[in-house]
This record gives sequence, structure tokens and C-alpha cells, in this order.
Amino acid sequence: MNVELTVNGEARSAHDVEPRKTLADFLREDLGLTGTHLGCEHGVCGACTVIVDGDAVRSCLMLAVQANRAEIRTIEGLGTPDDMNPLQESMRDSHAFQCGFCTPGFMMQITALLEENPSPTEDEVRETLSGNICRCTGYESIINGVLKAVGA
Amino acid sequence: MKPPAFDYIAAGSLDEALTALAEGGEDAKVLAGGQSLIPLLSLRLAYPSLLVDVNRVDELSTIERTNGTLRIGSMVRHRTAERSKVIADAVPLITAVMPYIGHVAIRSRGTIGGSIAHADPAAELPAVALALDATINVRSAARGERSIAAADFFDGYFTTTIEPDEIVTSIDFPVAAPGTGVAVEEVARRHGDFAMVGAVAAVGPDGTARIALINVAEKPVRATEAEAAFATGASVDDVAAAATRDLDPSGDLHASPAYRKKVAGVCVKRALAKAREGAAK
Repeated sequence: MNVELTVNGEARSAHDVEPRKTLADFLREDLGLTGTHLGCEHGVCGACTVIVDGDAVRSCLMLAVQANRAEIRTIEGLGTPDDMNPLQESMRDSHAFQCGFCTPGFMMQITALLEENPSPTEDEVRETLSGNICRCTGYESIINGVLKAVGA
Repeated sequence: MKPPAFDYIAAGSLDEALTALAEGGEDAKVLAGGQSLIPLLSLRLAYPSLLVDVNRVDELSTIERTNGTLRIGSMVRHRTAERSKVIADAVPLITAVMPYIGHVAIRSRGTIGGSIAHADPAAELPAVALALDATINVRSAARGERSIAAADFFDGYFTTTIEPDEIVTSIDFPVAAPGTGVAVEEVARRHGDFAMVGAVAAVGPDGTARIALINVAEKPVRATEAEAAFATGASVDDVAAAATRDLDPSGDLHASPAYRKKVAGVCVKRALAKAREGAAK
């Protein structure tokens, strides 16, 4: 099947996409956007979280063919090492992440949260991030990074 | 962890979906939000021959309140329901359980009808539907529409009384009396996980209660004896005892049968206390 969609503001398309291919694999394999990471591949870990039409979703729990005509944002769209966005800067300054595997999922989930609620409380941040698993940090540095970004 | 191969149809209308489902036979399945079905595919626990995707069937995504009934389309997503003022005003127990359903990113895609049709005994919405005497509306290409009371809908583990060629189109919830107090109490190992045990309760301004239990049997359980005891003014302890007396839950890695039964009583007690506090006196 053909898939036409917008990824990070750019129109992208692919032909002959197998219906069984998840959006996560499509982003990584067909579009070469390997910033989206796959941890568990069954919707538990949150590493593959991307933003689809404004909402954070798990890209391993959506088929690529379902994303036809959707607007997708991935970690590649947030900033570059030389030109980080303010959230990325504040996460760096807080030493929020360690190994980096869960980072893209957290960053997209936090981005979606801050777009809906620009000044969340610590409880709201914790609640929202409860679906993302990090095995390095113990989460405190991640929460601190978000709170720093929102000036709390 | 990759789904097996299947045929796929993105239905543009309900009629198209129903026809495809009927022609696909017994191994054709409906794809709603996919938050339970896609993991089942990835884990190779399900091998459907055809997936009929209803995500583009707009007619299934409406929320309507008419007279005493709130009708929620089966493809209304949990996030939409969570944010809906119409739902919060009409059936506050639905709004109350939303934060307990998975995590935010799961609720972005998951649907009301999908949760109901999946019939996981550990899920919240089936218990809410049972407690509130909801009606599930289903449709097939061959036999048209029919309505099933929640009490007749849930049949066992992940099993309902809908036929393979039927699709859940909407769920009707009776609008709660103004001043109804509601509560959800669950015990889970980790926040957002399926509950080991839980209870939902609604207490009306007239002092009657509706109570259903989560994950204590192969399907949600309505605590009718406890409701009757509550109406006669029994203590919360006695009501909780009535709710769990006949339970025979199974045990697993996370909770033994005895523990599950004990905690079910605690959940009922806490939920009732909280719902009663929220109800208009």
C-alpha cells in the first residue's frame, strides 16, 4: 500500500508498504529516521513515542498504513546538536538522561505534554511520564529537567 | 516482535467495514485503536487473516446526550473522553476511570468501543458499563442493529456475546442523577499497569450505590448484594464483606486468590467512602 504523510514538516511517501509494518519500523527502515527507538515492541516501554496529529502515541502500536495523511513529529524534528530547542537544553543542563535509549520517547512525550499544558506541576509531569521506562536514571533527573524547562 | 502478515482494509464507512468483516469470515478482525490488538499481533498471539480498520469511520466518533442517555461512539478515543465536558457532566464515573486506563500515549489511540469489545477482566470500562447498566449497540451487515445489556455482554476472559460479523457502534450510558458521587480504587504494582484488583462505585443523591469489581473473575463482577446492603444503611465494612463473600478469584504471579479477595474488599470500602463523600447530601 502507498503511504503519504508529513514527517517533521516534510512531505514523505513510500510505496508497497506491507500492512503489518508498524509506524516505528516504517520511520526507521523506510524513511531512515532512526532516532525513534524500539525497546519492547509491544507498547510497554514508551521508547518509540512520537507525535501523531498533535497527540503522543506509541509508534510500535500503530501500523504505518494507518499513518497515511497524518502529520508526524519525531525526535529528529526537535533540534540539532548545534541548535537544540529550549527543552533539549534544559534536559542537557539537568543531566536528565544517561545511556540515551529511552530519550527520544521521553522527549516526544514531554513535548506533547508542554504543548497541551505549558506549566505542568511536578505531579502532572510524573503522571504523564509514568508510561516511559528508563533503566538508568531513576527518573529524578528527567523530572528535574522538565521542571527546569518550564521554570518551576 | 513483528506482526504476522494479514490483509488490510481501511474502511471509509460503517457499511463498508461491515461488508468487509462479513466477507472476511471468522478470522477477520476489527482494528480500532489497536492498543491491545497490535501487541497481540506482535507477540504472535493472534493471526487474523484480515484487519478491517475503522479508524476513518467518522460516524463512530460522536458523543451525544439526549434526554437521559449519553451515547458514546465506539471510536471515541480515551483521550477525547477524558477531556470531554459532556461526558464529565453526564456520566462522571467514565471521566473518573480514564486516568487509570494505560498511559497518556495509550489513551491517545485507544477507544471506548475497543476496550468494551476486548473485554479484559482487568480493564476499567467493562466494569463501569456493568455498574451503570450500560447498553452496547452492535451492528452487522446481515442482521442490522441490536442492543445488548452490559450484564449480558461480557461472557468470560476476553469474550463477549457479539458475533464475528458484528461491530460495536456505540455504548449508551444512563445519565447520572445530579449530585452523584463517583470513585475508582485500584491496586496495581506500577502506576498505569492493569490493576491486580479494583472497584468502581457511584453513589446517588438518593443514597443508592452502584458497585462493580475489576479483575476478580473472568469478567467484571457487579456487587448486587453489596448494593442492596448499602441501600439499607449497612456499614461500609458490612457492604464490603457482602461484595466479596462469594468471590472466588484466581491467583497469579502478582496476587494470590486470598490476597485478591481481601484487597477487593478494601477497594470497595475506599471507593464507597469516597463516592459517598462526593455525593450531594
